[in-house]
Amino acid sequence: MENVLNLFHGFSVILSWYNLGMMAVGLILGVIVGVLPGLGGPNGVAILLPLTFTMSPTSAIVMLSCIYWGSLFAGAITSILFNIPGESHSVATTFDGYPLAQQGRAGEALTASFTGSFFGALFSVLMITFLAPLVANFALHFGPPEFFAVYFLTFASFIGTGKDTAKTVIALMLGFGLAQIGMDNVSGTLRLTFGWSELLRGVDFLVVVIGLFGVAEILVSMEEGLKFEGVHAKINATVVWQTWKKLPKYWLTLLSGAVIGAWMGFKPGGATAASFMSYGLAKRFSKNGDKFGTGELEGVLAPETAAHGSGCAALLPMMALGIPGSATAAVLLGGLMIWGLQPGPLLFVEQKDFVWGLVASMYLSNVVGLVIVLFTVPLFAAILRIPFSIIAPVIVVVCAVGAYTVNNAMFNIWVMLLFGVIGYVFKKLDYPLAPLILALVLGDATEVSFRQAILGSQGALSVFFSNWLVGAMMAAGLLLAFSPAMALAWGKFRQALAR
Amino acid sequence: MEQKQTQERPRSVRLTYQAAEMVVAVAIFLIGVAMMMDGYRVGMGWAPEGPEAGYFPFRTGAIIGISSLVVFLRALLGKHRNHELFVSRDRFRQVLYVLIPAVLYVLVTQFIGIYVASALFIGGFMRVMARFNWLKVILVSVCISAALFYAFEIQFMVPLPKGPLESLFGY
Repeated sequence: MENVLNLFHGFSVILSWYNLGMMAVGLILGVIVGVLPGLGGPNGVAILLPLTFTMSPTSAIVMLSCIYWGSLFAGAITSILFNIPGESHSVATTFDGYPLAQQGRAGEALTASFTGSFFGALFSVLMITFLAPLVANFALHFGPPEFFAVYFLTFASFIGTGKDTAKTVIALMLGFGLAQIGMDNVSGTLRLTFGWSELLRGVDFLVVVIGLFGVAEILVSMEEGLKFEGVHAKINATVVWQTWKKLPKYWLTLLSGAVIGAWMGFKPGGATAASFMSYGLAKRFSKNGDKFGTGELEGVLAPETAAHGSGCAALLPMMALGIPGSATAAVLLGGLMIWGLQPGPLLFVEQKDFVWGLVASMYLSNVVGLVIVLFTVPLFAAILRIPFSIIAPVIVVVCAVGAYTVNNAMFNIWVMLLFGVIGYVFKKLDYPLAPLILALVLGDATEVSFRQAILGSQGALSVFFSNWLVGAMMAAGLLLAFSPAMALAWGKFRQALAR
Repeated sequence: MEQKQTQERPRSVRLTYQAAEMVVAVAIFLIGVAMMMDGYRVGMGWAPEGPEAGYFPFRTGAIIGISSLVVFLRALLGKHRNHELFVSRDRFRQVLYVLIPAVLYVLVTQFIGIYVASALFIGGFMRVMARFNWLKVILVSVCISAALFYAFEIQFMVPLPKGPLESLFGY
């Protein structure tokens, strides 16, 4: 009951013309950012973050989170109309979305995917409303060892679920390394600066995000020689209504997509996995499973519901534990710290306006977002028809401006270019980028919690197994981190047995 | 989207995925070693009050080193060696078409400010890459720069790097 009251309080916080305006601006920018190649959720938020330094944290998070929702909605537009997945979590949407568009049913496919997204988001927001305070309450009793264990578990889950263990570990550790550059915040020693005064204040994660996701994406797009051959979409009230009438039939797909999304989003790095998992499940259990891939409405609903759901759910651990569930959530988390808020369970006690304003805005903005995208799809699709020779330099300029404004330094733009090249190579060689960003954002907090825990125990590592909670988390983390190695050993063992 | 890959043609240098994988692994290995060295320099051990400043960098560097070694050996000896071309010459030229102007753009920004440099960069790119006529080139590039100027200098009051042209107008 208290949650509902809090939620109403949240609505009272955000229901001002200013905040509603920010919401609309954020949503529209988000869709634009999501549609354009080279920009996406994490990058869009990172570029605009410096402009929010002077805003109140609540208005700022409302706008930036709306960019996130907008970009999640937009993934479907490029996938369905152009067969280009804007981000990896909308790959599964192209399987049935593009065939539908080719059959002249683009309007239907878009309506279904937006509605599915909306449903997934709603489910996740409901979960956040009722679960986040519980998680935060529970986490209030955490000390440094517990927090370190949570961070450890997060990183370990990347290793355990990553496609390529060695590359995931490298990405994580490079992120850590980047976070360590500059002044050590415990002893004040300078480290990893190699005598470079520009590195004194460290490498800002926003600049890294802009380079890795923005500039690198442009380089990859150039190499692929993107030619946008889009299908025209007509969406009008009749199409929307006709599609909506069909949707209740697919309630099971919607529900399973939403549940998968909420569950995978809670864990870090889930949206892509969630969309594929949901698509696979729908294909397996649908009556028309064998027709998947040729243009089934269900094949669009399933991945979109899960992807958007998991994107929303990613904010739960971000707010309650200070651990982002996705790359964009990681950037938002960095924003929290910049606005002077300490992410984590205390947020629910000390910053009620902020937390519940954000939750309330998630309800509202997903409704507004649905309406906006339904009415403006042709407009946004037109953006993709702007020649790439205009879009590419403009995006580089926007990225450069974004990188510069992080702390008004030319050096940042150079760093951005460097990470653009690194990101291009990493993308081509399948190094995962999300763990790198996550480790970069959480690196400091991880190290500090480790050192505090160790200080408390006078140097004994046993502090990480001193009670059942921290012990269980550490054990689970270790298990996950070493699961690829164990699987390998088990495989070898069975081979030997077979021989 | 599916363009025919014009591979195999240039015989002289052939950067395969395998080779690229190995080169990148070596670079990452060196980063790991550098981190370990710097960690060692500031103290990688255990002081009475807990880990020293280099404790984490040293270990992070070590893990990077070991993992990159794994990637290297796998690329060298592994079962799934990928002998496909990493990037064909034509495609790579496309990449350089953006990368080199972008580097020049950043370089020039330091001297003439970001607004003029942006206009030149966008305009030049449009003209060279897609042969837009000059009217369109000038219209688009100047408008975008002007919009940036309006947004950042006037609306958000966030100063961006400026050069002689802006100071002419008193900014």
